[in-house]
Amino acid sequence: MIDKIIHILLLLILPPLLLGVINRTKAWFAGRKGPPLLQAYYDIVKLMRRGMVISRTTTWVFVAGPVITLVAVALAGMLIPVSSFNAPISFTGDLILFAYLLGLARFFTTAAALDTGSPFEGMGAAREVTFGCLAEPALFFAFLVLAKISGALNLNTMLHSPALGFSAALAAPLLLVSIGLFIVLLAESCRIPVDDPNTHLELTMIHEVMVLDHSGPLLGIIIYSSALKLYILGTLLLHLITPFEAGVAWLNWPLFVLELVTLAVVIGVIESVMARLRMCHVPYLLVSSLLFCGFGFILLVRYYQ
Amino acid sequence: MLSLWMIVAAIAVLCFSGLPACLMPSRSAAGQRLAMVLMLLGSVIGLSGVALSSRELIPPALSLPWSLPWGEFAIAIDAVSTFFLLPILIVPALGSIYGMSYWKQSEHPENGRRLVLAYGLLAGSMALVVIAHDAILFLLAWEVMALAAFFAATAEDDNPEVCRAGWVYLIATHVGTLCLIAMFALWGHATGSFALNSAHGIPAGAAGTIFILSLIGFGFKAGIMPLHIWLPGAHANAPSHVSAVMSGVMLKIGVYGTVRITALLPVTAEWWGGTLLIVGAVTGVAGIAFALGQSDLKRILAYSSIENIGIIMIGLGLALLGRAQHQPVWIALGLGGALLHLWNHSLFKSLLFFNAGAIIHATRTRNIDQMGGLAKQMPRTMSLFVIGAVAICALPPLNGFASEWLIYNGLFQTLGIAGGAGFPVAAIAAVPLAIIGALAIACFVRTLGAVFLGTCRSELNAHAHDPAPSMLFPMIAMALGCICLGVFPLIAIKALEKAAQAWASLPATKLSIKTAAPLEWITMMGVALLVSVGVIVLSLRKTLRTQSVRSLGTWDCGYLRPTARIQYTASSFGQMLVNLFSFILWPRSSRPAMRRPFPATTEFQSVVPDTVLERLIMPLFSFAGRYIPWLRVLQQGQTQLYILYILIIVVVLLIFGSMGVK
Repeated sequence: MIDKIIHILLLLILPPLLLGVINRTKAWFAGRKGPPLLQAYYDIVKLMRRGMVISRTTTWVFVAGPVITLVAVALAGMLIPVSSFNAPISFTGDLILFAYLLGLARFFTTAAALDTGSPFEGMGAAREVTFGCLAEPALFFAFLVLAKISGALNLNTMLHSPALGFSAALAAPLLLVSIGLFIVLLAESCRIPVDDPNTHLELTMIHEVMVLDHSGPLLGIIIYSSALKLYILGTLLLHLITPFEAGVAWLNWPLFVLELVTLAVVIGVIESVMARLRMCHVPYLLVSSLLFCGFGFILLVRYYQ
Repeated sequence: MLSLWMIVAAIAVLCFSGLPACLMPSRSAAGQRLAMVLMLLGSVIGLSGVALSSRELIPPALSLPWSLPWGEFAIAIDAVSTFFLLPILIVPALGSIYGMSYWKQSEHPENGRRLVLAYGLLAGSMALVVIAHDAILFLLAWEVMALAAFFAATAEDDNPEVCRAGWVYLIATHVGTLCLIAMFALWGHATGSFALNSAHGIPAGAAGTIFILSLIGFGFKAGIMPLHIWLPGAHANAPSHVSAVMSGVMLKIGVYGTVRITALLPVTAEWWGGTLLIVGAVTGVAGIAFALGQSDLKRILAYSSIENIGIIMIGLGLALLGRAQHQPVWIALGLGGALLHLWNHSLFKSLLFFNAGAIIHATRTRNIDQMGGLAKQMPRTMSLFVIGAVAICALPPLNGFASEWLIYNGLFQTLGIAGGAGFPVAAIAAVPLAIIGALAIACFVRTLGAVFLGTCRSELNAHAHDPAPSMLFPMIAMALGCICLGVFPLIAIKALEKAAQAWASLPATKLSIKTAAPLEWITMMGVALLVSVGVIVLSLRKTLRTQSVRSLGTWDCGYLRPTARIQYTASSFGQMLVNLFSFILWPRSSRPAMRRPFPATTEFQSVVPDTVLERLIMPLFSFAGRYIPWLRVLQQGQTQLYILYILIIVVVLLIFGSMGVK
């Protein structure tokens, strides 16, 4: 029970910290001091107290977008186990619900963007749904690999299986899937090399451009949900790339936070050393994530035969 | 037995519901109203018959001899028939209410009566198809259905485009029927009778041939790729309530044929299921990719129907694979998911076609690039469209998700989750299913955005407004159905399990969907989702009351004179994906050349035609028209001559036969 409470608390509190860590890492690379680690929290609190400007063009979809996105992403987070602990909600087939909750979030984020009638936001929405189509198959290949390894159809067992029964033969598929999922993580949470969260009003942006017209509490919700999405995808990935647990159960919590912060640092490093890809090259990157996960599955099937 | 007679009575009432209207004056509203009342009456009788039949232990059956040389008038109602009867009885009846304001007979004196007659006949013949227990009766009902659909879909026959779509449909459906005649002939030869009884004794070769023929024959009706050629044109050009019935119900009759025939045949080989999985994946992905390229609202919906047929075929393929591999869990999840998706598709696709009709009624155009901002003028229509769109994208908490979730669970089971080696290759079908889901989101966000959101792109929708209550009511009923089946999918489970038992001839204990996929969790998560959204919206409202909310124009990035035309159109929204899929879509665009520093006004056009129809079938037909007319020598139009041909051929056969050549 306590584990579940900690799980939910971490899910609700930790995500904005990741944004702080990434920004700090980038600042360190650039030789700047950088914003405080907790800057994202300050921003969100400030935005929640602000007023709002709502375009005359918009309808209820504009408000529903951020709200439904937040709920969908948070519910998806409830399905992902953390470290050695089970997720608060778990049932057979929850992996599909997980993927489709992210789909629901995408539907309403993009619909809210189109609601403003702004050509910029339409562009962002079009890119978001396009890249979503390319990221989805990789995610499902990864699920197939995990389901085959664990022999189960719930995220708890599936994601704990790399830590439990690790064998050398499974290393290659898991490695390939990890690389694929890492690309999916970068794409879905709109990081470099797919999208640059720091730009405004550039012709090549995706996520930031979709939320140009949101302000005040709605913008706060959006920033929080995108941090939340980064958190849950990161948690998912950590099960694959760090499949080890501490001997003492409670130690796994600080270990998990440490791993997550390290992942954020890695993302920060990538953002510092890489440029964003040209828009027409992003599909190639996403297709390569599909290739990694797909070949992972083929290797695995070969192994079981 | 009473239940059977009630359903027969319902079919009779449905078939002849349009007859009184034909005897009345052509502008008479009373005739149309009477037809609607009869449709409702028929569906109420039929639904009570279905309700009664579900209580009977032995499936009620009836057979009467008739004067035809083959077959007999045999009908029977098992769980599969009941399952298909529900949408057949519900959707057309709601459509006839919708038609009262959408297609007023007083406004269409030339073809109003014909539509009413064909519409009732379509509903009745579809019901007869699913209870027919004899191949000949099945074919007769099938042909009546095909023709009734032709006359209903071409109601606006003064429009040449409608006529062209009608011809394509007529040719396609008859090529399909030809395959079915061949199939049933083989059936009669292999089993010794035309009765649709279980044919477990027939040799594997004949069974395989029958399966392939049925897949092609029924595939034409269901619209699997590449046999879908008639579907987009016919759906786009039919009146919207007819499109709703065709897409929501008639395509499912094609699926019914496949389900019925596979239930009767012994499934021994894996390639049956494998074929259906591949066909389903191709149909699904290509269907929704084509939908992304369209700018005609109803063509979008038509292509998305093809996509949904693909999803249903994936589920059915999985169930066939389960039969071949003796895995009841795959059967329960695959067939259960496919059948539930079939119901779901009847609900949300009719909702969306009704919706499209309301939009077209209001704007007088089907081109979504000319719409925009309709949410302001048609708020109710828009909210109903959002429900339909979320449901069709299979997003939780609506019904599309519940059925796709079952199929996904089944596909993952083929990895060997429940024990045994499994059939991991089949599990790869989960990936196209995921691609279909993501593309559907793109397609329906695009449609929602272009039609309802943003600002109005043309003058066409200046006078648009929400439709009359008689058009809204059917949509609301469908939307409620989507929500109910989405949040409480367990209400369908009994019907699903019974149908699966009837299909696979396995005991109920082996085919429990609930133990394989805990649907109660879908309910819980759906409720959690809806409640949390409600709570956040309420609390947001509370905070917003204390804070200032200003209403300004959309931020124009400093550009001072934005117009509605700088908005992202549906075509530009879909462009990246259309280019990614250009290997199947073959988009055509006329790119104007910009020469001088101040180029003159010019035009840009882009269109995604139907690859199969425009690049394959049409060239083939025009080739035939150009190079094979010499065959017309044989076609003199005199009956005597044709009978002479028959005589010559019989004589030739006799000669061959007497020489011992086989």
